[in-house]
Amino acid sequence: MASRAKRRKHARIYRANSYFRTGANVMTAFFSAGAYLVFGIMSLFMIATATSAGFAIHGVIILIACILAALTTLGRVKPTERDGWVVPEKTDGGYYDGVIKAGVIATVFWGIAGLLVGVVIAAQLAWPVLNLGLEWTSFGRLRPLHTSAVIFAFGGNALIATSFWVVQRTCRTQLFAPGLSWFVFWGYQLFIVLAATGYLLGITQSKEYAEPEWYVDLWLTIVWVAYFLVYVGTIVKRREPHIYVANWFYLAFIITIAMLHIVNNLAVPAGFGPKSYIVWSGVQDALTQWWYGHNAVGFFLTAGFLGMMYYFVPKQAGKPVYSYRLSIVHFWSLIFLYIWAGPHHLHFTALPDWAQTLGMVFSVMLWMPSWGGMINGLMTLDGAWDKIRTDPIIRMFVAALAFYGMATFEGPVMSIRSVNGLSHYTDWTIGHVHSGALGWNGMITFACVYFLTPRLFGAERMYSLRMINWHFWLAMGGIVLYAASMWVAGIMQGLMWREFNAEGYLVYSFAEVVAAMHPYYIIRWLGGVLYLVGALLMAWNVWMTAKGRLRDEAPLDAGQPYNPSADRPLEPRPAGALAQPAE
Amino acid sequence: MSKIDTQQNAHPSGPGNAGPGTTGHEWDGIQELNNPLPRWWLWIFYATIVFAAVWVVLYPAIPLPGGNTQGTLGYSSRADVEQQMQALDAQRDAALKGIEAIAIEDLGKDPKLLQAAIEGGRSAFKVHCVQCHGSGAAGSTGYPNLNDDDWMWGGDYASIYRTIQHGIRQPGDDETHQSVMPAFGKDGLLQPAEIASVTEYVLAISGQEHDRALAARGAPVFEQQCASCHGADGKGMREFGSPNLTDAIWLYGGDRASIHNTVFYAHAGVMPSWKGRLSDATIRKLTAYVHSLGGGE
Repeated sequence: MASRAKRRKHARIYRANSYFRTGANVMTAFFSAGAYLVFGIMSLFMIATATSAGFAIHGVIILIACILAALTTLGRVKPTERDGWVVPEKTDGGYYDGVIKAGVIATVFWGIAGLLVGVVIAAQLAWPVLNLGLEWTSFGRLRPLHTSAVIFAFGGNALIATSFWVVQRTCRTQLFAPGLSWFVFWGYQLFIVLAATGYLLGITQSKEYAEPEWYVDLWLTIVWVAYFLVYVGTIVKRREPHIYVANWFYLAFIITIAMLHIVNNLAVPAGFGPKSYIVWSGVQDALTQWWYGHNAVGFFLTAGFLGMMYYFVPKQAGKPVYSYRLSIVHFWSLIFLYIWAGPHHLHFTALPDWAQTLGMVFSVMLWMPSWGGMINGLMTLDGAWDKIRTDPIIRMFVAALAFYGMATFEGPVMSIRSVNGLSHYTDWTIGHVHSGALGWNGMITFACVYFLTPRLFGAERMYSLRMINWHFWLAMGGIVLYAASMWVAGIMQGLMWREFNAEGYLVYSFAEVVAAMHPYYIIRWLGGVLYLVGALLMAWNVWMTAKGRLRDEAPLDAGQPYNPSADRPLEPRPAGALAQPAE
Repeated sequence: MSKIDTQQNAHPSGPGNAGPGTTGHEWDGIQELNNPLPRWWLWIFYATIVFAAVWVVLYPAIPLPGGNTQGTLGYSSRADVEQQMQALDAQRDAALKGIEAIAIEDLGKDPKLLQAAIEGGRSAFKVHCVQCHGSGAAGSTGYPNLNDDDWMWGGDYASIYRTIQHGIRQPGDDETHQSVMPAFGKDGLLQPAEIASVTEYVLAISGQEHDRALAARGAPVFEQQCASCHGADGKGMREFGSPNLTDAIWLYGGDRASIHNTVFYAHAGVMPSWKGRLSDATIRKLTAYVHSLGGGE
C-alpha cells in the first residue's frame, strides 16, 4: 500500500517537474541571465576599485565569463510559431550526456596541464635555476598550481563527469535540472581558472589545498550547492527502488566537501580586495586546516573515487560486485573514521598530545575500512582475471586498486607517532601521496576516461587499445620511479636529519641533506615525465576516438584466445603444503 | 586473494557452484553478490579497534571538562623532548666542562678534549658559519677560505677564538678587529695613472704576468701608500688584518681588474661578533674546528 502511495506521489512530482521544465524554462533562462548581469556588474566594481593587478585581472576574467554565460543562456531561448518563446528540450528520453562529454574533455585537458606543472616543479627542485628568478614562475607559486590542477581540476572534473554518468544510469532517470548541470560544469571551470591565475599572480590565503581567496571560495560554494542539487535531485527522481552504492560514495563526497570547504575557509575580507583573514587562529587554525586537508584526501580522493570504482569496475569486468555487505560496512566505517584522522598531520606540534593520539588511533582503525573498497573492487574481478592480460582498461583498474591498497596501508603506518617522527616533513610523505595520487586517482581516472570516451562519442571502442596498453606501462614506470625514489630519499632525509655523532652533535646540515637528495629528485622528475607522456598518449587516443577514427591494429590477445580452464581460483592447499618445495 | 576464496570456499561464477547469490537488485546491469565479510578483514578491523582502545588508555587521549586523560604511561611529547635534550646534554657534558675550563692556548694539548671540541664545532659551523664561509669552509669572493694557512688575523687558537668572539668591523663591539683600507681612487688619494701602476706592481709581486715598466713606476707608489699596512715586502701584517699580496690567495680576486677595483674602492668586509649569541663553549668548539681545518698554527 505504502509503495502505491509513494508511486502516486512520485507521479505528482514528475508532472509538476515536467510542467516546470517546459513552461517555466524561458523564465529560468531570463532569471539566470539576470544573475549573470548582477555578477558582471560586481566584476566591473572589482576592476574599478582594484588596488592590485591580480584583483583587476580576476575582475576581467569574471566579466568575460558573465558575458559569455548570459549570451549562451539567452541564445537558448527560441521563438515559437505562436508568438511565444521556448527553450528547446532534449526530447528523445535519453540520458543527458553532453555535460559529461565536456567533463571528460576537461578532465583530459586539466590532467595534462596539472601533470606538466608537476614535471616543471619537480625539475625546479632538481635544478633550482629553473625558477627563472621570476615571482610568477617560482616554485612557491607553481606548487599550488600543480596540486590544485591535479586534485581539483583533473580529479574534480573526473568526479563531476563520472558522477553525472553514474547517477543517471543507476537511478535510471535523466539528470535533474540539466541546465543547472551545465552551470556546475562551467562554474567549476571558472573556479579553476580563478584559482590558478590567482596563484600565479600571488593571490593566496596560504592554506594548503585551500589556497584560493574568499571570493573564489564563495563562488565555489555556489557551484557546489548547484552540484548538490543536481545530484540529489536526480537521486530523488530515481526509478530504481534502491540507491546504488556508488551514489552513497559520491553523495558522501559532495556533502562532506561542502562542509570542509565552508568551515576551513571562514574568513573576513580585509576590505574589497583579494586579502582576507581566516577566523581561526594558531593551533585551532592548524587543526581546522588539517581536518580539511586530510578529509580532502578522504572524501575527494577516496570516497568520490570509490564511487567511480563501484560503477566502472563491475561494468568493465561484466561481473557482479563481490559483497554488498562489505560495501555497507566499509562505507559507514570509512565515513565515520576518516573525519577524525586529520590530527596525524600535526604530530609533535603545538597540538595537544591527546588530539595527536586520537588522530593516530583513528588513522590505524581506518586501515580495514579503506581496504574494504579494494577487496570489493579486486574480488569483483573474480572469474574475470584473464581480462588483466587482454584488457588494458581492466589492468588500469586493478593497478589503481592495488595502489589504493598500498597507500591506505602506508597511511595508517605513517600516522603512528614514532613512525611519523621519522617520516614527517620528509619526501616520504610526497612519495606516499603520489603512490595514491598517481596510482589510485590517476589510474582509475584514465580507465574511466577510456570507458566513457567511446560511449560518449558513439564509437565502437577507443581509437587504439594498444596505446592504452602503452599508457598503462608508461604510467606504471613513472609511478615506480616516482614512489621508489621518494621513499628512499625521504627515509634517507629523515635519518640524516636526526643523525648524531658519538660526541652527541648533529652530523648533517640542512644543505647537506638537500645535496644528498639531488639524484633522487632527478629520478622523480623522470618518473613524472613518463607519467606525463602516458597522459599525452591518452589525449591523442581520446582526440582520435572523438573524431570517429579506429586504429587498424592487431588485437592485444592475438594468438592467445581465452582459456577458461586457466582462469580459475586457486585451489585450497592441503595443510603443510606451504613448507613443501615447489615442483 | 586466493585466501578469500579458500575461506569462503565458494566461487560465484565457477561451474557447478551455486555461489552466494545476489541481493536481487540490479542497476544498469550491475548486481551485488551476497558474500559475507571476509573473516580476515573483519578480524584485522577488530584488532585495530582493540589496538586503538589500548592506546587510548596508555596515552593522553580523551578531552574531559577538567582536562584531558593523561594515560597510564604518563607520556607527554614536551617532557619527551626535554628528556632527549637532557640525555644529549649529559652526553656532551663531560667534554663541555673541560672545554670551558681549559686555557684557550692549551686546547690542542688534550687530544680527547680536542676531538670532542672539533666534532661539536663541526656541527655548530654547519648552522652558524656555512652561510658565508660555505659548507666546506672554502669561502668565496669576500669570504675567506678557512682551509688554508693564509690568516689575516692570526691562525693560532687564541687569535681564532678572538676573531669568532668579536668579529671583524662589527659595529658596537669595542674589541672587534678594526682596520680600514682607503679608497684610493674614489676618494682621490691617487691619480688614475698611479692606481694603474700600483696595480701592475701588485701583479708583479704576486708573480703574475705584468707590464714591467708600469710595475716599476708602481713600486714607489706602493712603498709610500701601501707598505705601511701590507709591509714593504707586501706579505701583509696581522695587526692590521692586511692580507699577503704575494701569494695566490685572494679575498676579492687577484686578476688585474679585481686588484684595480680593490685599490680604487677598497673593501671592508664584516664578520659578526658571536660573543653573546653563542655560548663560550660553542665558540671554543668552533675555534677548535676552524683550527683543525688544515691551517691551524
